[in-house]
Order: sequence, then C-alpha cells, then structure tokens
Amino acid sequence: MSTKSNPVDEALAVAARRASVTSEPHGSALAVPVKRILPPGRFWALNLKELADYSELLYFLVWREIKVRYKQTIIGAGWAVIQPVATMLVFTLFFGKLAKIPSGGVPYPLFFYAALLPWTYFAGALSGATSSVVENQRVITKVYFPRVLLPLSAVFSGLVDFAIALVLLTGMAIYYRVTPGPCLVFLPAFLLLAMFTAFGAGLWLAALNALYRDVRYVMPFLVQFWLFASPVAYPSTLVPERWRPLYGLNPMAGVIDGFRWSVTGQNPPSPGLVAASTCAVLAMLIGGLWYFRRVEETVADVV
Amino acid sequence: MVRAAIRVDALGKRFRLGERERYIALRDVLARAVTAPFRRRAAANGNGDAHIWALRDVSFTVEEGETIGIVGRNGAGKSTLLKILAGITMPTEGSAEVRGRIGSLLEVGTGFHPELTGRENIYFSGSILGMKRREIDRRFDEIVAFSGVETFLDTPLKHYSSGMQLRLAFSVAAHLEPEVLLVDEVLAVGDLEFQKKCLGKMEEVTRGGRTVLFVSHQMNQIRRLCHSVIWLDGGVRRQGSTAEVVGAYELAMSAGEIKDRAKDGDQTYRGRFLRWEIAGPRGDQRHIVDVLGPIDVSFFLDVRQPIQHGVHGAALFDSNNQLMWGHSKQNLHFSPGIYALRYRFPMLPLRPGAFTWQVSLWDDHGLVDLWHGVPPMIVATENHQHPLDEWNGVLNMPSDFSAESGESQP
Repeated sequence: MSTKSNPVDEALAVAARRASVTSEPHGSALAVPVKRILPPGRFWALNLKELADYSELLYFLVWREIKVRYKQTIIGAGWAVIQPVATMLVFTLFFGKLAKIPSGGVPYPLFFYAALLPWTYFAGALSGATSSVVENQRVITKVYFPRVLLPLSAVFSGLVDFAIALVLLTGMAIYYRVTPGPCLVFLPAFLLLAMFTAFGAGLWLAALNALYRDVRYVMPFLVQFWLFASPVAYPSTLVPERWRPLYGLNPMAGVIDGFRWSVTGQNPPSPGLVAASTCAVLAMLIGGLWYFRRVEETVADVV
Repeated sequence: MVRAAIRVDALGKRFRLGERERYIALRDVLARAVTAPFRRRAAANGNGDAHIWALRDVSFTVEEGETIGIVGRNGAGKSTLLKILAGITMPTEGSAEVRGRIGSLLEVGTGFHPELTGRENIYFSGSILGMKRREIDRRFDEIVAFSGVETFLDTPLKHYSSGMQLRLAFSVAAHLEPEVLLVDEVLAVGDLEFQKKCLGKMEEVTRGGRTVLFVSHQMNQIRRLCHSVIWLDGGVRRQGSTAEVVGAYELAMSAGEIKDRAKDGDQTYRGRFLRWEIAGPRGDQRHIVDVLGPIDVSFFLDVRQPIQHGVHGAALFDSNNQLMWGHSKQNLHFSPGIYALRYRFPMLPLRPGAFTWQVSLWDDHGLVDLWHGVPPMIVATENHQHPLDEWNGVLNMPSDFSAESGESQP
C-alpha cells in the first residue's frame, strides 16, 4: 500500500461515519406544530401560547440586558443607587429646603426617594422599551420571534436596578424610624402598576420609534415632562381635589402616591386617583398591544 | 407516507420603492400614527406610491426530509421567500404552511453581542435561533468542539478575531435541530478549511431527515446538497431535478455573454464559427450534458471563401482553464457554405461543472478563426466519485468494484 492511501481511507471512514450518525430517526410525528403564513391584517390577538413557547427567550433577553448593562463600568451596579440618590439630594435641597414643599410629615429625603424609586425604574424601563426594537433591528430582520418580547424584556430587566435601590430605601426607613405597617403588602401591586405603565407606553413608543426615528428626540423631553406631571417632587395633594381623577389619568400618579403610602404608611392615595390610573394603564396597554401588533407585521421591512 | 413539510400557495410580496418622506414635522408624528392603519389600507389598494413585486405567484411543495435548493440572480426574491417562510416578514398575498419547528439561518452570528463571552453568546444566540436551554446544555460541548475556540470560552466576544467569531457563530447555528431549516448563503464564511467543515456539517444535516431550503450562489454546493432545485426570478421560473435546473440556470447566466457571431462586426471574414450545440432530441438543453454518453457535439462553421489544406483544432477547458481534451484534424477542404463539424464521444466522463470549448481553423494563409465557444458546456451528470470534494478528480468515471478472496483461486 502506498502512503497516499491513508488519507483516502480516513476520508472514507469519515464519510461512512457521517452517514451512520445521521440515519437515526429524527423527530416524531407527534404534535408537530403547523405554522400558517398569511398576509397581515387577518387577526391581531396576542398569541399567549406562542409567548409561553418563547418564555425562555424572554429570560435570555432579560439576562443579556442585565449582563451587558454595567459591563466596562467602574462602579457597575452602584449606578442603580447613585442615580436616584443624587436626584434625591437635589430635590431635597431645592424642593424641600428652599421651596418648602409639603411632604405630609414624611422626612424630605424619604419622601423624595420613595417616589424616585418607582420613577427611576419607570423612566429606565420606558427608555429601554422604546429603543428595544430599533436596537435589535439586525436580529429582527434575521430571525422570527414574537417582537413583543423586546419591550417586555426592558420592563423586566429594570427590576434588578429597582431591587438594588430598594435596599437603600429599607436602610433609610430604618434610619428615619418610619415603620410602614400593613399597607406594605400593596407595594408589589403598585410595582406591577408601574411595570404595566412602562410596558403599555413602551409598546406605543417602541412601535412608533421603529417607524419614525423622531421618537428618539422626543424621549428626553417626554420623560422630563412626565416627571413633572407625576407627584415625584411634590405631593399630589397640591393638585386641587376636583382635578385629581383627571390627574390620575397619568398612571404614574397612582403608582407614586401608592408607593409613598405603602412605604411610609402615611397619606393614603385617593381611591379615585388610583382607579383612574388603573383604568388609564389598561387602556394604554390594550391600545399599545394592538398598535404594536399592527407595526410588528411590517417591522422587518421598515425598521 | 411522505407528507408535505412546506406548502406555498400563490405567495407574493410587494415592497414600496424608496423611502417614505424622510422628515416629518414633530406635530405630524402622532397624527400620522393615529391614521397609519387607514393609510396603509389605502396604499395597499395600489394607487400613488411606486411598488415592486419581489415575489409573485410562487407556489411549490416540499416533502418532508427533502433538501431543496433555491437559485436565482440577486434580487430574484430568494431571501424574501425564506424570510416569509421564517415568519420574519409577511406576504402581501397568498399563503404558506410549514409543518414542524422552523429554524432559520439567514445570517451567521444572529444575536451575538460583543460584550458577552463566548459561552454566554452560545446560550443567547442558540436561544434566539430557537433552541431550548436544555438542548443547548446537551449540545454545548459539541458546539464548542466544532468551533475550536475552547480556550477563549470566557473571553468577551469583542476580543475574538473575526474568523473565530464566525466559527463560533456557525457552530451554534449548525447544531440547531428544527424539523424545517431555512439556510441563506451562510456557508460562504471563514477560511477554506472551515468552509469544508461547514459543508460537511450541512450534508450531515440534510441526510438527517430534516427538511431544508437552501439558498446559495455556489452551484457546487447546490449540486452536492440538494435533491431538487427551484429557480426563482420573481416567480418560479423552473423547478425540477438539481442537474436539470442548475444546468438551465447556469446556461441562462452565461447567456448574457452570447453574441450572435453571424451578425457581429466585420463581415469580410473567410470563415467563422457561429455556434455550437449538443445534438439530441431535447430542444432547450443544447449545451447541457446530463448523460455519460454517447454525446454528439457540433460546431457550426460559416465559410465565405474556399479553404484549402485547412487544419481544425478543438479543445475543452474546465472552469480553471485547465485543458481537458484536445484534438486536431488536418487537410480539410471547404467551399463556401455552412458546415457542421461533428464530434461523437462514446462517453464524456467529466466532473459536474462548466466547461468551455475552444475551436480553431487554420489554412495556408494562417488563422481563419479561433473561437472560445459560448455558452459554456454544463456537465450535469451524476457524480460517480468519492463523496468528499477533495477526493474528486478530473474524471467522473463509473466503476465496478468487487472484493474477491484470493484463497478461492485454484
């Protein structure tokens, strides 16, 4: 035998191995999903079963965002605390000490921080959701998955920063000897309301941003406007009683009032305001899902 | 029983030409958003904007376990078709049905993030391509081994060389296990060695009983991987066996170069080769060899002035310009007229691909005509050689093999 025959034999053996490896039956006829592809506009319902199928991808999207967020920063997750604390100090100085805004008997730092906590979460989640579709345009044009996972992942990944900042709030409550009491159990409900608000508004803005990049320039202005339209730097009692339900149409009003109350146990929010906020969130969310769905159909062509 | 894995029915996709107005006044943004659904309906009714149909009236069926190649020039709608089937974009009209989990491989490195490590990217990319976490866990070692980047697994991707990134990306993609796989031109990555590895992996996938739709401009890959081929050109231009459709496609691609030599330029020649063809009953495949033999090849010669003591040469070159065969005939006499110079080959054992004929005619006064025959000759015979490319020689010759025991001899 010549030496040349060795690689030939080897190649043949490799080929034979390949053939045998792949002869095993693949998949089964059981429950094979059938996907129908039709032109847009026939339905718009949120496909919950599909979302459940993609729950793992949601997990990975959230996981990636958290992993990437503070890469190559010195302070890392410390930013999650520094941002609301710095704002709290400014607010305490200007709105509290100088403007002497009434805080309903709650120490100013706690009064502001308890509002800045949900606000910072909301603002971050909203910005993240708004840019989520545009930032992932490469992926969107190359692989299918329910696009709604993108804004949704921004809503979830913000929770980590929220949790970190929450630790400081607990410390402050102890320092100021404020005991929340049983109303603390409503905290998760108001957090949920904040998540829904960020998600509902994020759906609208993410879809609009995919079509019109103007949204990017509107965002800083919008977030700032929204901040002053929410009772972060002042208590909602400054708003005249009869305007309060209208004021509550800003869902963050209900969220922040509720948050302050859950944490400090003082100044319960007006039920009308919370009810108005809840209704507003639901309307925004349903509208957002509908609009996002409409845009989703063509997003890969226009983004 | 074989079922249809993909059924496409009168599918069409229309794109708007150009962009919409680039600048929209801020106050118009919300107003437009509110009216967007209604405007889109109006536009779909087809007036105003200029549109282009990327795909129209495309229908075909792919059976379970088949590997179908899709060929066509750039802009023929190949990628659009895959994107519609993958669910990335929606059709404008028609419908399609895909049976089984769909995996799409339209790009290498979908979802890769430079800040994440190799390990993290495997999980994220795998997940976005449709793998379950358990699957990735199970195939993780295999993926890493295939990519050959073990040592850098915990290094952020941004520190990888582009070659390493590609290898890792392809490894993830190659270990997808959907029932239906849509692949767009992704094998043309990396160095030659890795490309071979990828092609081998693809062969494994196509033999594994999976349904594959495979877009490529590399006709050799198509020949090697696909059972049959669809030639797209806005619609389905042709559909059938790989040899037939690829042959016809290659012919059409080179047809752009065909000039009618009879009407070309200077008409004062003494003699000129006009065209060549393979004689046979089939009208539209005069330049495709799809049987080993016998093959009759004719060259048509237009003689304007008498030629004495002519010498005629013919040669066949492969696509690398390597001489396959050469021949010469002396002492030919032609009076003015059209002649067919015929060659009969009992067998043309050539490996599949494109070949070019070169014919010449000389006489006592020198060169009469030298012609590089167009279109090229497409060989689309079955491969009788080694399954691996690197062991495919020039001769695609069938052989009978037997192993006999020496002891049985007297």
